Amino acid sequence: MNWFPLYNSLRVAAVSSVIVFFTGIAAAYYIAKLPRLAKGILDVVLTLPLVLPPTVVGYLLLLVFGPRRVVGAWVLAQWGVKLTMQWWSAILAVTVVVFPLMYRTARGAFESFDETLAHAGRTLGLSNTYIFWRIRMPYCRQGILAGTVLAFARALGEYGATSMIAGYTPGKTATISTEVYQLWRTGDDAMAIRWVLVNIAISAAVLLAVNLLEKRGKRSVRKDV
Amino acid sequence: MALTVDIEKKLGDFHLSVSLETDHEVLALLGASGCGKSVTLQCIAGIETPDRGRIVLNGRTLFDSEKRINLAPQKRRVGYLFQQYALFPDMTVEQNILTGLRSKPKAERRALLEQKLRAFRLDGLEKRRPSQLSGGQQQRVALARILASEPEVLLLDEPFSALDSYLKWQVELELLDTLRDFGGDVLFVSHSRDEVCRMCRSVCVLSHGRSEGKQAVERLMDAPETVSAALLSGCKNYSRIERVDAHHARCLDWGVTLETSREIAPDIAYVGIRAHSLRGPEQSGRNLIPCRVERVINDAFSVIFMLSTPGGAAGRSLLRAEYPKEDRPDFRASDEISLSVRPEHVLPLAGGGL
Repeated sequence: MNWFPLYNSLRVAAVSSVIVFFTGIAAAYYIAKLPRLAKGILDVVLTLPLVLPPTVVGYLLLLVFGPRRVVGAWVLAQWGVKLTMQWWSAILAVTVVVFPLMYRTARGAFESFDETLAHAGRTLGLSNTYIFWRIRMPYCRQGILAGTVLAFARALGEYGATSMIAGYTPGKTATISTEVYQLWRTGDDAMAIRWVLVNIAISAAVLLAVNLLEKRGKRSVRKDV
Repeated sequence: MALTVDIEKKLGDFHLSVSLETDHEVLALLGASGCGKSVTLQCIAGIETPDRGRIVLNGRTLFDSEKRINLAPQKRRVGYLFQQYALFPDMTVEQNILTGLRSKPKAERRALLEQKLRAFRLDGLEKRRPSQLSGGQQQRVALARILASEPEVLLLDEPFSALDSYLKWQVELELLDTLRDFGGDVLFVSHSRDEVCRMCRSVCVLSHGRSEGKQAVERLMDAPETVSAALLSGCKNYSRIERVDAHHARCLDWGVTLETSREIAPDIAYVGIRAHSLRGPEQSGRNLIPCRVERVINDAFSVIFMLSTPGGAAGRSLLRAEYPKEDRPDFRASDEISLSVRPEHVLPLAGGGL
């Protein structure tokens, strides 16, 4: 059995999750401070990929990054690199699809933060960076951790946008989800079942991890009381 | 060495206009809830920005709307004790106090921390989380943390409101010691005249966002000048008046004319009488108020009589008299009696607020 799709899925999901972790948190933090109108508009725009069909997201990405489109053509002319049909093209698709999950859970977590703690930190002379990383983030870690794991799980399973922008090239851009589709299409049931089982095993492990994290969080709270 | 505040701020319909000055002292800011006490502290600390005015601390301008100066909270050196203490929940006691020491060289921090732990009797609690501490311990950690950052002024926002009443007394005594050792200026925000009497020598009354001039606490208790000050000092009985002469007022709500020791200036619109200033029953004499006993209420160590004054204005003619239990007169509901009040206990009061 060729394990490339598993390896490729994991690296795409891992890189996307890291990108989304920082951009999602930054967006949640700064957008919360904007005036109401700007906040409302940005909120809709940033959450849209969550509700749009992944194929629509993929199509929109191709409109921008396709080799004959604005950005795609420019990068091709400058560096001779095609932005689509590479293994890392999938990162682009997965990041956009998964971003709203991280953004929304981080925003929910930040909204529950007691702003008095930040005020207290400032009057004590603490820098805003220190307050963010040492006070705000630990306070919100439950929500942010949950968002990260959810984002990772969703990233592993992304199919629609990925297949449009990275396609399916065995040993190059194949992921678990595109591999399963390909095996089904070619009637290779035995292999398809194997990959389905692998996929179920990974997803179950991730969900188990989420549950364990939540339980541990609860226990530490109870101990504090 | 002083804190001078003269600021204005509009918050929706609420207009804050505060002017006060501390001079090497613990100054109380006394006001009912929602009168703008906390916003005032937040403006001084730099958490809120006033619309107009200036704030000067020991010669340093913290805020000046004309010169466009607005120092960041980090640079103000203002210690702020929040109502719920605002301890960082994910840090231990030790880490919380160390946040106040971050401007110090690393080598000195440990020794300063030990010193604060000892001064605030926190030895043995270093590794605890705030949620594992009692209210009094939490306040000690918060104070230790604030004083570690060496502020030039302390702002205390209702420091006892988060405490159970049986803890309050001990914490109050400790805070008195802490403030004496601190030695700098302190602004003590409270809605309780009792706390203010025990903690402070001077007081500034804040009502509906407006500050009245600074005065000695004894003066607020003996001779409050406005209705809002009298209310905050615990005075229970008020009547609209018509001025007869410099020392006589016709009390419209009680239907009697009373003599006052203090002069009744032309802008005086009310008189007030404290519940324990009413004495009697009397058959004859000066300053008699005929009343009818409506209700008798037993308090812990006193008896309270709710009275109506038949000669007064409808709906506003209520009086409240309070006697120590051992001196209680034997009034029953619907008795007709007369009570007296000494002229020095009839307080002429300016201003509305009722």
